[in-house]
Amino acid sequence: MTEQTRERTAGQGTPVATDSVAAALADVEGDGLAGYNYAYLDEHTKREVRRATLKAVAVPGHQVPYASRPMPLARGWGTGGIQASLSLLGPTDTFKVIDQGADESVNAANIRRLAADTADVATTTDTTEADIIQSRHRIPEEVLTDEQRLVLQVPITDPLRTVDPSDAANRRRHAHGNYGKMWVHLYESVVEYGEIDIAARYPTMVAGRYLMDPSPIPRWDVPKLDDSKHLTILAAGREARIYAVPPHTSVEPLAFEDRMFTVERFPGQACHACGSTDTYLVAVSEDSESGGTDDAEGAFETRHVCNDASFCAKRRENPDLPKDHHLDPSGVDWGPATPEADETGGDWV
Amino acid sequence: MTLLDASGIEVVYGPGCPQCVESTGDRAGTNQCHRCGSIVACADADIDVEAGEVLGVVGESGSGKSSLAEALALDRNSEATVDGEVRYAGYDGNLLDADYQTRHDLRTGEIALVHQHIRDGLELDVTGGGNVAEKLLAAGWRSYENVRERVRNLFEETEIPPARMDDPTGTYSGGMQRRVQIARALSTEPDLVVLDEPTTGLDVSVQARVLDTFRRVQREEGVAAIVVSHDLGVVRLLADRTLVMHHGRIVESGLTDRVMEDPHHEYTQTLINSVI
Repeated sequence: MTEQTRERTAGQGTPVATDSVAAALADVEGDGLAGYNYAYLDEHTKREVRRATLKAVAVPGHQVPYASRPMPLARGWGTGGIQASLSLLGPTDTFKVIDQGADESVNAANIRRLAADTADVATTTDTTEADIIQSRHRIPEEVLTDEQRLVLQVPITDPLRTVDPSDAANRRRHAHGNYGKMWVHLYESVVEYGEIDIAARYPTMVAGRYLMDPSPIPRWDVPKLDDSKHLTILAAGREARIYAVPPHTSVEPLAFEDRMFTVERFPGQACHACGSTDTYLVAVSEDSESGGTDDAEGAFETRHVCNDASFCAKRRENPDLPKDHHLDPSGVDWGPATPEADETGGDWV
Repeated sequence: MTLLDASGIEVVYGPGCPQCVESTGDRAGTNQCHRCGSIVACADADIDVEAGEVLGVVGESGSGKSSLAEALALDRNSEATVDGEVRYAGYDGNLLDADYQTRHDLRTGEIALVHQHIRDGLELDVTGGGNVAEKLLAAGWRSYENVRERVRNLFEETEIPPARMDDPTGTYSGGMQRRVQIARALSTEPDLVVLDEPTTGLDVSVQARVLDTFRRVQREEGVAAIVVSHDLGVVRLLADRTLVMHHGRIVESGLTDRVMEDPHHEYTQTLINSVI
């Protein structure tokens, strides 16, 4: 902190009336951000996060510890992602935050506002315009470029915790590339369900070395990480770990030679809003349009809708918009089949 | 060809002191050091095993059989201080000093241990097939159907009903669990299997079947074995050569028939008289 800023902060105490909350709020001058460093975190913290990020990029898939400061929201609500984003953002960047594909979720909107207020960045909901995209549990449908960075929020960093709760034992397994336990887990899953039944947090081998938890993105999104053009940073606030998938790194979901990795299937379904058949759909229950009464059977109906809200909005205007519309040359599509997705949704190998 | 050559194996539980070894053993009549209280589970043990040979280790409870077996199978016990030298054909250096990776490779490929306690060797929540498959998968098998087929063959070979393959191991009977351990140990075709009390807790008819199975498979595959047991019958049935342990020392060794019919050491004589 320079001499100048210290002086500025020292003089900032605002006397606050104590009669009522409304009076106290009315009494606060400015936006309440006085005294905060640029991008909320102090420079030492940002440097530490950046160092951890660099190390994570250097050792793809390896979980690098960092300090993980307290943030103005509860741990587990994206604190890791915020620290990674805020230590990367600069005033010329454009920031996008999504929460399970939606820009409008309360948490996403608040994180976006924190960045806009403290880091003075432009915000957007358009995937193609963003420099940094912070996301919870989704990778956008539109293809990311080598100029973009994706920050994923991570609740559980170690894929092996599913099979052994001991972190010490799991660290030893990572060190020696000993993933037999996870393979048994997959074997057992096939025995029980006939296929590998892991909906999210699919165990994924990065650069042929470290097993990585790709955060709870659906299986649909996992292939997007393989040989991608963009840098992906995965940050966990509660567990204080950062790991990364650098551009053009091989990311291979664990599967047997004869029981392949498959993505989610939406047979015969299309987004009811934009008609897409090549995007990740979620089922939503809504009030029936035919207007049934509350206790009637038809009061609710289940419909499928695109999970990526911003791309869905674009598709509504232009139903034939490909996922790589912003790229030149085109044809650098990612994710499962497009545009004529077959009935099964296409088995992604 | 000597497969495994171990010399001066010493396993001590406790702080240890310079007098531990000389104040314990057969002559001292105890395995606890009177000075520091450490337990000398086993000391001055020299063992060699030829390829395809079965070596028996007998002795009463607490004579150090299991500690010796674990040391030979490179199974590390964090509470024990293990000293000595273990050499294995095709590997350089003392395996007791080997790094984790070398030990792990040996343990998945060439040396298998059948634990005395089921819980040390098997995951009871995982299916019987899964327990056997774990070794194959750790050894790099990546085809589900191949793994299934191999597991099914192993189940048939060790006489576990293949229909029970996909049930949790915890639901198996004691004899079946024992056999799953043996199937698991044999899955990657090791050169050496260490069996620690393979028949504990089994009734005699099941004991006989487990031993028969192991003897047949052992002969067919030509795998060497170290069989640790307090039961002279087991060792008489399986072993070509026998070591007798008492108070943490090997007091007698020789061909099984010779040791059984013409025991030299006083303790061996007592042991054999008390059984027959």
